Amino acid sequence: MDKIVYLDNNATTAVAPEVFEAMKPFLTFRYGNPSSIHSFGGKVRTDVDRARGQVAALLGALPEEIVFTGCGSESDNTAIMAALELAGPLKRHLVTTKVEHEAVIQVGHWLTDKGYEVTEVGVDSRGALDLDELASAIREDTALVSVMWANNETGVLYPVEKIAEMVREKGAFFHTDAVQVAGKMPVDLSRVPVDFLALSGHKLHAPKGVGVLYVRKEINLPPLLHGGHQEDGRRAGTENVAGIIGLGAAAELAMSDMEEVAARERRLRDKLESGIVAGCKDVRINGADRLPNTLNVSFEYVEGESILLMLDDLGICASSGSACTSGSLDPSHVLQAMNVPHSAAHGSIRFSLSRYTTDEEIDYVIEHMPAIINRLRKISPFVPFE
Amino acid sequence: MWDYTDKVMDHFRNPKNVGFIKDPDGVGEVGSMACGDALRLMFKLDEQGRIVDVKFQTFGCGSAIATSSALTEMIMGKTLEEAEKYTNQDIVDYLGGLPDQKIHCSVMGREALEAAIENYRNGTVGQRKLEGRVVCVCFGVTENTIREVVRQNGLKTAEEVTNFTKAGGGCGGCVPEIEQIIAEVRSESELRSGGEQQESEKNAESGKPSGMTNLQKMKLIVKTIEEDIIPELRKHGGDLELVDIFGNKVLVELKGACTDCGMTRFTLQTIVEHKLKEKVSADLEVMEA
Repeated sequence: MDKIVYLDNNATTAVAPEVFEAMKPFLTFRYGNPSSIHSFGGKVRTDVDRARGQVAALLGALPEEIVFTGCGSESDNTAIMAALELAGPLKRHLVTTKVEHEAVIQVGHWLTDKGYEVTEVGVDSRGALDLDELASAIREDTALVSVMWANNETGVLYPVEKIAEMVREKGAFFHTDAVQVAGKMPVDLSRVPVDFLALSGHKLHAPKGVGVLYVRKEINLPPLLHGGHQEDGRRAGTENVAGIIGLGAAAELAMSDMEEVAARERRLRDKLESGIVAGCKDVRINGADRLPNTLNVSFEYVEGESILLMLDDLGICASSGSACTSGSLDPSHVLQAMNVPHSAAHGSIRFSLSRYTTDEEIDYVIEHMPAIINRLRKISPFVPFE
Repeated sequence: MWDYTDKVMDHFRNPKNVGFIKDPDGVGEVGSMACGDALRLMFKLDEQGRIVDVKFQTFGCGSAIATSSALTEMIMGKTLEEAEKYTNQDIVDYLGGLPDQKIHCSVMGREALEAAIENYRNGTVGQRKLEGRVVCVCFGVTENTIREVVRQNGLKTAEEVTNFTKAGGGCGGCVPEIEQIIAEVRSESELRSGGEQQESEKNAESGKPSGMTNLQKMKLIVKTIEEDIIPELRKHGGDLELVDIFGNKVLVELKGACTDCGMTRFTLQTIVEHKLKEKVSADLEVMEA
């Protein structure tokens, strides 16, 4: 396959060339262990700490509030477990939402089996949370509230600033999964009282295998991984140095032109959206108040995997909330929580753009989409035969 | 990424016999939009009773479209007696294999063919006839169907049953029951006692309350709809309202996602009617208001 139009950036992104350049020495001749006493290794610690500073700057945080982890899921898991431990044995209740990433939802299910109580707050058809409902779900024995900053499937943004204030007043810990927001939208934790925040390197043009858990400085984080003094005793395991350096460079890159990139992504996303709406009948856009790079669109009467396979033949990469693409038999839990009818959920496609998406690529998708949908609709028994 | 064979991809990219026959001899419909795949199969016979024309329409994933296309190619020119001998495994073999989680696509093909032949022979509505008790309410799979796939294919786990029939793949509430059915079928096949007939008779009479007054029956209908049927429909974004009951006829209105669905009759038959027959009385008939 020659041509690749990559519109699946909420799944993963390309490593930016400047990120790769920054990493190269640490994959070749600067291979020292930052924990070593000798200066060959010890110097690497300085580089790791510089990266820590770059990530802290992206989040409006202090360097000591940044803990490097292996991935976003590890960060989510660590935050939840830590909050439960810190809250003490009498607080055995968690509040989260029905649209969280699996790395939060599944931890909740696991905790439910262990005897904890988890309240999952629902969303409306636009994907928005009812803040009053969220507030009333928080109880005396609530240890933690966990609400994502932006949804990975729909791009819907959540008012984390307001939620963080509210949770703080009620005396619970607050964690936010910011994997889809970090690097795409401004985040300033000096103004937003979150206790924990998770991000993942490979969603912002750093490599896979590195994540961050932000931990507010007043909190003494109990580690999830024991066995070493790394990250100030907060996460054992020799640092993924190259990955950390890459994430630092990616954070700096994101900050250098965030507004400009977001504006361009928004323009291209809106162009894709209106192009698809104009070219294909019977479509619906899932989610309002979204990230600038995400478009989740349902094509009625057809099924998502079929659409993806046809897009794939053209070199276009996207993803779907259809049941068939996941290997499960139910469509996306996010679209179900939004009460998107099954017929539309099975035919949902997510396009997610990046700083590298071009006008030509968007035009290419707009040009080919109607033929794909028409072809599948001709096969579908739900379209009246002409 | 699924590991589809070249033959699957070829049938997906260039499906054979897509379309509609205006005056078919047999029509079969299975699946529903809510389930994520659905297939309509139609055929026309010549004077010798051979299939001279066959067309399909499929809503579903790549392998659902490919198995439909392959099936039409396989049965073209065959008599119904020849065509009905094909098993879902024959369709899988014809395509050079399917991923485990996609085996149910081939089962859907065989069921559509069965329904179409049934429609030709008996003039039934052309939808898969459900016999026995519904075990998986999410996907409308009966105990008989599960027993059949377990027996025919020597299945050992509930996961395999899900791959074949989808049963257990929705809310998962029936998985323990599927496991029990597997255990029963396997012990039966070990005994080889030939007790299949008894068993299907047993299914037909699965402990329904009898000798109820009209009022008791109505109350039980309302209770079954409220407690067993509506929660299942709601899981899939659907809903239902009981409009009226007269004699053995239960008049309902499907709401929510069900109204968008092109195969509401299937929902009525698989979920609503079968649940009511199971819990209340076998002679009930459900109609849409």
